[in-house]
Amino acid sequence: MEKTALYNFHKNSGAKFVPFAGYEMPIQYKDGIVKEHINTRQSAGFFDVSHMGQFFVSGGRSTELSLEKIIPLDFKEIKMNQSKYSFLINDEGGVIDDLIITRVENGFNIILNAACKDNDIKEIAKCLNSESKYELRKDLSLIALQGPKAETILETIIKGVKELKFMNGNYFKFLEKKIYITRSGYTGEDGFEISVPNVIVENLIKLLTDKDAKPIGLGARDTLRLEAGLCLYGHELNQEINPIQANLKWAISKKRRETGGFKGWENIKKDLQNGVSKIRVGVKPAGKIIAREGTKIYSNTGEEIGIITSGTYGPSVNSPVAMGYVKSKFSEIDNKILIEVRGKKHEAKVSKLPFYKKSYVK
Amino acid sequence: MSEKKYSKKHEWIMLDGESATVGISKHATEMLGDIVFVELPEKGKSLNKEEKAAVVESTKAASDVYTPVSGEIMETNQPIVDDPSNVNKDPENNGWFFKIKVKDKSELDSLMSQPDYEKFVKDNPN
Repeated sequence: MEKTALYNFHKNSGAKFVPFAGYEMPIQYKDGIVKEHINTRQSAGFFDVSHMGQFFVSGGRSTELSLEKIIPLDFKEIKMNQSKYSFLINDEGGVIDDLIITRVENGFNIILNAACKDNDIKEIAKCLNSESKYELRKDLSLIALQGPKAETILETIIKGVKELKFMNGNYFKFLEKKIYITRSGYTGEDGFEISVPNVIVENLIKLLTDKDAKPIGLGARDTLRLEAGLCLYGHELNQEINPIQANLKWAISKKRRETGGFKGWENIKKDLQNGVSKIRVGVKPAGKIIAREGTKIYSNTGEEIGIITSGTYGPSVNSPVAMGYVKSKFSEIDNKILIEVRGKKHEAKVSKLPFYKKSYVK
Repeated sequence: MSEKKYSKKHEWIMLDGESATVGISKHATEMLGDIVFVELPEKGKSLNKEEKAAVVESTKAASDVYTPVSGEIMETNQPIVDDPSNVNKDPENNGWFFKIKVKDKSELDSLMSQPDYEKFVKDNPN
C-alpha cells in the first residue's frame, strides 16, 4: 500500500484511513464527514489528492495532434494556462478516465484518477510519437483548497493567486520553489489545486492550518462532489459509458463534436445524431431514504428504467441525493420515478443538477 | 432496572421488568461515523433473536441493526428518525432505537457485560 507525503500529517490529525486505489488515504478526520463537508462549504477545507496522477506531456503541435486522437478537445483552443475537463476515450467511445488538462510551458499537465493512472499512461503513450516526452510526476503532491475562504487564505500565503480565473492556472513561488496552481476543484466551491514538491508540502499544510483551513477526507469529498452533480470515475463513468450518455457533451470541444477524428467517434456520432438510449440524471428521493449505488430505478408504472450509480445524504441540502442512469424518455426534470431500497419502492424524482449551486469566480 | 448488556453485533440492551430497551453502542457509532438515516421497526412486529430490526446509514454506507432478544416491538424512538444525529450525540441513552417485550429472559444470559464487551471491542477492532 502506497502512502502520500502527507501520511504522517493525516495520522497526527486523527485520520481514519481506508485503502483507496492502492493508497492509504484518510476517509475522515476527528470532526467527521458532515462537519468536514459543512466546513468546506462555509469556510475552507483542504484535501490531499496526491494519489491522483500528475502527468506531464511535452512536445509541439504533433504532440497535440497525437493527444487529440484520445482526448476529444480542440487543442488549438486551449490557451496558455487554461484548464479543460475532458476524457480519455476508448475505441468504442467509452470513457477510459476523466481528467483535467492544462496547457503549461512546453506542454500539458494532465490530472488523472489514481485508480486509472497506470493504464491511462499506457493508453496515452500508445498515441504519442517519438518526439513527445512524458513523465508521471511522483515528486509532486497535489492539494485542493476549497471553499469561500480559499482565496483569502491562499492569497496571504502565495501572493497573486486571487488574480487567477476559474479553470486557469499559473506558476507561483513558494519557499523559493516554482509551483503550479490552478483555480479549480471538484466540490462545487471556489478553490485552488496546488501542485507542490513533496519535500515542501508539509510546510504549505502548516500555513493552511494556521489560517484555519481544515483537513477534509475522501468521505466529504464524495458528498461535496455529489451535491455539485459531478461524476466520479468507476461510478458515473466507465469504459462502457460514453460522454454523451454521461450528459457531458460539453466536455467534447464543439469542433470535435462536428468533425470527430478521435477514438470511438462512430459511436459518439451516432449518439449525437440519434440521441442516447440511457442518460445520466440527478435523482432526489421524496423522503429521507438514501438510494445507494446499485439501487434499481422504476417508472411510475413499475417498469425498470435504470440504476443508481452514486447516492448519499447531502449535508448542505439536508436531504438524500443521488445520480444514476435512466432510459432517456424518463429523463425529464421533475419526472416522478420509484427507487427500490431494501425490497420496497419509494417515491423519487429526476432532479436538475447540481443539487447545490454556488457561483465560481469568473 | 438491570445491568446493561451487549451483543457481538454492537447492540446494547437494558431489561426493565418485562420489556427491554435496545440501541447501538457508542463504539458502533464511532465506527459508523455521522448517522444520517434511521429506519425503525413497526410497532407490534414480532422478531426473533438476531433478526434484522432496524437500519442505520452513515454518509458512506447502510448497516443493519439486529435485536439481541426475541419479542414484540412495543415502542420506537421517533426523535432519532427525525434527527439521526441524536444517535451520535447520546447512543446509549437518548439515542435508543426500540423497546421490545421480551419473550424469553434467558436469551439475555448469552450477552456480554460492559467489561466483557469492552474487551471484545479491543480484541476485534473492526
